[in-house]
Amino acid sequence: MSQIEDVIKVEGLTKVFNHSLVAVDHINFSVKHGEIFGFLGPNGAGKTTTISMLITVLKPTGGTATVLGNDIAKQSLEVRRSIGVVPQEYTADEDLTGYENILLCADLYGIPRSVSKKRTLELLQLVELTAFKDKRVQTYSGGMRRRLELACGLINRPAVLFLDEPTLGLDVQTRAATWNYVKMLKREFGMTLFLTTHYLEEADALCDRIAIIDHGKIVVIGTPTELKDGLGGDIIKLAIQKEVDITDLISKIEHVKEVKKENDIYIIKSANGEVTAPLIIEALRANGNVVTKLSLTKPTLDEVYLMYTGKSMRDAEESRENVSRQRVAMRRARQ
Amino acid sequence: MSEEIKVSKNRLHGLWALTNRDLKKWYQNPIVFIIGIIQPVLWLALLGKAMNISSIFSSGSLPAMPQELAATFTAQQLQGLSAYFGGLQTQIMTATFNTPDYFSFMAMGMVAFVTVFTTAFVGISVVFDRRLGFMNKVLSTPVSRSVIILSKVVSASMRSVFQAAIVTIIAYLLGLQLGANFTPFSILGIFAIVFLIGFGLSSMFTAITLRTTRMETPQAIFNLVTLPLMFASSAYFPIDKMPDWLQAIANVNPISYTIDAVRRLMIFSDGYGPLVTDFAFVGIFALVVTAICIVLSWRYLNK
Ligand SMILES: Nc1ncnc2c1ncn2[C@@H]1O[C@H](COP(=O)(O)OP(=O)(O)O)[C@@H](O)[C@H]1O
Ligand SMILES: [Mg+2]
Repeated sequence: MSQIEDVIKVEGLTKVFNHSLVAVDHINFSVKHGEIFGFLGPNGAGKTTTISMLITVLKPTGGTATVLGNDIAKQSLEVRRSIGVVPQEYTADEDLTGYENILLCADLYGIPRSVSKKRTLELLQLVELTAFKDKRVQTYSGGMRRRLELACGLINRPAVLFLDEPTLGLDVQTRAATWNYVKMLKREFGMTLFLTTHYLEEADALCDRIAIIDHGKIVVIGTPTELKDGLGGDIIKLAIQKEVDITDLISKIEHVKEVKKENDIYIIKSANGEVTAPLIIEALRANGNVVTKLSLTKPTLDEVYLMYTGKSMRDAEESRENVSRQRVAMRRARQ
Repeated sequence: MSEEIKVSKNRLHGLWALTNRDLKKWYQNPIVFIIGIIQPVLWLALLGKAMNISSIFSSGSLPAMPQELAATFTAQQLQGLSAYFGGLQTQIMTATFNTPDYFSFMAMGMVAFVTVFTTAFVGISVVFDRRLGFMNKVLSTPVSRSVIILSKVVSASMRSVFQAAIVTIIAYLLGLQLGANFTPFSILGIFAIVFLIGFGLSSMFTAITLRTTRMETPQAIFNLVTLPLMFASSAYFPIDKMPDWLQAIANVNPISYTIDAVRRLMIFSDGYGPLVTDFAFVGIFALVVTAICIVLSWRYLNK
């Protein structure tokens, strides 16, 4: 199979609900072979809507997209055959066992039983559910269900895997464990992954590249490092014993971009904090100064989010309460 | 990863997997399964046996002939009259119900009744699949949209056949009087006609609930549709004795044709004449409704 450089290519993709609500607004991006691409945004930003269009469950209002070279509108069947999907909600059948659920998924992909039985057992092993394979899904915990969904999404050995909020509603440990699974999948299968999340640390920990989406628009795309560098780098804060001004001294040190003094605390921006901090300490000691306090902060995506959207993720998350209430109200109205 | 396997590209692939899933949810759930058996027992035993219509027409229901009147007849005439009134019950019953036994008439109507009940639950199952996200998962796989719907319809039809078999067995145990038309092949005939009507009805119920995610909708529709469907049919009463307007409805009600076919195969004695019409009518109904349902599924399952 010839390798397609852009596994996913999206041009002007748009979804308008009920002729008025623009959920996804002319987005453009492409996902390269073998990378983990993350869609980061608060609830209601349009992440699920984007995924639904890419997996051909929802028809776009405008724009085009290809997945593995297949047009999502014209070749939807080919798209569905070649992708794996782990939806936002739990979709397994509660009345069936884990084993039966995965086997059912395999049947839906038309995989012959001779192959699928073996694969199902392998996948159960992979997500560490072998011991529970004959238990009904009703009895599974949240983390186990996630893993089962993950296994279902892998049954057809997809070239691209779509994960919609893979850690939504999981506790911190289970979330971290899920990240490990995702990383392992990429390693083991060399898959391309498209995932959405509203956890900044998740995007940071997992993704090769991130698109920040807000109100249906992509506000910025880049690697986590690029995005953070866009903020001007790491921040070193320090205090010294003596009452002398050392601004000039520090400005000459490698990677330092900016030095400010606020109430005896020096605030230094550096492109590479880990390298700069020891250099500063050394330079000060050579000058007869003693550093009494020092801290190094790496910029987080939270700050990136703030810079590009003008509000912090947390505020956006709070207003999502309203969004979801609105959504419930709308759903009621539609029926 | 590179292992090449042949995946099925048959347009109907996944049909059996999804059908089997629905059936499994049914037969692995002992409560649902047992209720499905008990329900027809109750209906037959209570309703079927309580409405002892034949006894109304027995000569025992008549007041004894007044002495003065009896005195005007000769002994021979009285004997003739008694024989006449004694046979009247069978005659009236046969003229009205085409069988001397009302329980048998009613029991065979019940076969269609349980089919309506069984297929109506399809709507609820479609809504459940939507709400619990299962539908979303299936929609993202290469299974064709019509297969998703057909699996619901096929599983409901198979359940209907099973329920019809249960009703027939119970009716037999409770004293079903087989007609001269009955042969062992009649059983297969019942299964065939019930499968057809099950197909049509479950397509109808599925089509109605295709878009909704609310539980109330299929329930409301169930209440709205089942009663008229049953009473505007020959389930309890022969059509030709109904008022004209009701006859008009009953004559286009596919349930009437199903019931007629079942009775004709099991308890009637006057030949198979209208059986072809029955099968044709129910078959066309099933075909048309299923086609409509599939077209709607293309439209509504792709949002
Ligand atoms: N089926 C739908 N009908 C109408 N509006 C919808 C529908 N699905 C989503 N929306 C709206 O589109 C917006 C984006 O939703 P969604 O893509 O689910 O956000 P996210 O996944 O980022 O939380 C929201 O405002 C939501 O209310
Ligand atoms: Mg979402």
